Amino acid sequence: MPEPYRSFSSKVVPLKAENVDTDQIVPARYLKITDKAGLAEVLFRDWRFDEQGCFLDPLFVLDKPGMAGRNILLVGANFGTGSSREHAPWALAAWGFKAVISTGYADIFRSNALKNGVLPISVDPETHAHLFALVDDDPDSELRIDLAEGGILLPDGTTIGFDVDTFAKLMLLRGTDEIGYLVEKLPAIEAWEATHPARVDTRSEARATGQV
Amino acid sequence: MDQQRPRTLVEKIWDDHVVAEDEGAPSVLAVDLHLVHEVTSPQAFTGLRERGLTVRHPERTVATADHSVPTTPRGLPFLDPLAAAQVQQLDANCREFGIPLHGIGDPSQGIVHVIGPQLGLTQPGMTIVCGDSHTSTHGAFGALAFGIGTSEVEMVLATQALLQRRPRTYEVRVDGRLQPGVSAKDIILALIARIGVGGGTGHVFEYRGEAIRALTMEQRMTICNMSIEGGARAGLIAPDDTTFEYLHGRPHAPHGQAWDDAVEAWRRLPSDADATFDTSVGIDASALEPMITYGTNPGMGIPISSRVPDPAAAPDTSARRALERALEYMDLTPGQAILGQPVDVVFIGSCTNGRISDLRLAAAALQGRHVAESVRMMIVPGSDEVKREAEREGLHEVFRAAGAEWREAGCSMCIAMNGDQLRPGQYAVSTSNRNFEGRQGKGGRTFLASPLTAAASAVAGVVADPRLLPGIEAVAGIGGR
Ligand code: SF4
Repeated sequence: MPEPYRSFSSKVVPLKAENVDTDQIVPARYLKITDKAGLAEVLFRDWRFDEQGCFLDPLFVLDKPGMAGRNILLVGANFGTGSSREHAPWALAAWGFKAVISTGYADIFRSNALKNGVLPISVDPETHAHLFALVDDDPDSELRIDLAEGGILLPDGTTIGFDVDTFAKLMLLRGTDEIGYLVEKLPAIEAWEATHPARVDTRSEARATGQV
Repeated sequence: MDQQRPRTLVEKIWDDHVVAEDEGAPSVLAVDLHLVHEVTSPQAFTGLRERGLTVRHPERTVATADHSVPTTPRGLPFLDPLAAAQVQQLDANCREFGIPLHGIGDPSQGIVHVIGPQLGLTQPGMTIVCGDSHTSTHGAFGALAFGIGTSEVEMVLATQALLQRRPRTYEVRVDGRLQPGVSAKDIILALIARIGVGGGTGHVFEYRGEAIRALTMEQRMTICNMSIEGGARAGLIAPDDTTFEYLHGRPHAPHGQAWDDAVEAWRRLPSDADATFDTSVGIDASALEPMITYGTNPGMGIPISSRVPDPAAAPDTSARRALERALEYMDLTPGQAILGQPVDVVFIGSCTNGRISDLRLAAAALQGRHVAESVRMMIVPGSDEVKREAEREGLHEVFRAAGAEWREAGCSMCIAMNGDQLRPGQYAVSTSNRNFEGRQGKGGRTFLASPLTAAASAVAGVVADPRLLPGIEAVAGIGGR
């Protein structure tokens, strides 16, 4: 069971890259795990380490002094494009991120992130540029993220509003996951199935193949 | 529900599968078919066990091992203990929960998006999900098919349903006739170059128009496959006689009276004449030339005879920065021709272009020719069945005589999880779907293109225009059926 999502304050990790794809977030060769262990180390792996596993020079933003422990990733437009691998939000969460701020997300990434306590916040391009300028100006700027209120509180006291899918928000605030909700819907699912015969039977004896 | 309102194909399928809709909550959508593979399922099965749940409909679920399997001869052991453990885990999970598995050694093993259609499991009007973003492939049959994350895999295993918000609709109209040497892959690469990798976010594509109608099922699959690269979670094509012909007689397709009834129902699926879409884009197929990507996302594509764009001409700072970064990674010069760019590896395969017709095109281009000295060419069939068919037709002899490697079925160098990979700095022309940094091996550089362009480039040793290969105009089935 996930924890209820509480409001929090954190400094920001800024990553000025657009269209960051899931192969950058977790390279595919680390998808051979059968659990969720070790993902913090492989987050953005190929932007952080060389072949031998040594830190690249210059250091990637995540590994710069003072970045450890920050919970907000501020990143360029259209984050999480590519694969459906949930390893991407697992790795972000394992590193400690509780929110990402971008102008937009790939659909599957957004859905996966919301199920793992990583809040994908979308802001308009001006606000986005403003946040980058703020962090450029003072890399230790702190933001306060309040999901219940749907707001980001800036150091100057102003608040930026954001929208989250109402249902996903409820799940996050309660710390429940969707599977419980869906399991409660089983009677409705069964009723639907009673009037909609199965379309295929994957176990039925396959007749001779011979076509491609 | 107002049945009089004209509806699109996807709306019809959606309405037919909504189980419940609570105020403020996403719809509960019933799932007809759940495809499972080794990479995105282990944690879902663990979750089921932890919650004391079981697989509700193993007979609506089917599994295969594809992503991390070696494509070396099947008798050889896995060299990678992690990959071996993952495939064994899938085997154990399927056995425990009674899910049919087309694993290694099974004659139906192959890439999950190749075997679904091949077995006749993919049918019009269905909802199909898989923990894999290229599930959009199955949309070619007029099914609503999309990728899901591992949490959702667990939900579908447990309930055979999913929580989803109704998607917006996006018409992709492709009119005109393709020129010789130009194929389905070029249509989809042109679309993504036009709308960008986020262009379809929140939408489902419906591909329509005379150029789409003229395509074979395998070509339609190539197009729907890459819907996700345009940001759309799914992409559909209305079922028609081409669809029914392809399906008829396949192992899991209905037969006898059930077949006739099914076809009758499927004929009602196409979008109503006066249905409207939220967004629309038009492409003239007759104006397309072979497409190729030069950058590090599938939207960075150009017609093969044109030049690599100059970041200085980018519309804004962030676009300029992205382009600069991509060209630096690719080690290409702004304004250079892409034709003539040296190539180290050519990969033909994947769920985009690893089907028998793709291999036939590659063979036609390689017939009587030889792969350039400097090039390693790998040809990886999308499934074991594709491999057998290619061998029945003698295509493997053409490949071997040309100096290409003919391998076992799997995802292979599309995702480079199984040891088939580029070395840092190498250039590949690849028929797969993603050219992200390191996608085909850390430091590797990918040009995405059609099987014809890939084969022509293998012969030339540089990026080459397939239209210039002597005799290639004669290759049947390029422009249409
Ligand atoms: S061939 Fe590539 S894109 Fe297709 S399922 Fe396999 S890894 Fe994914």
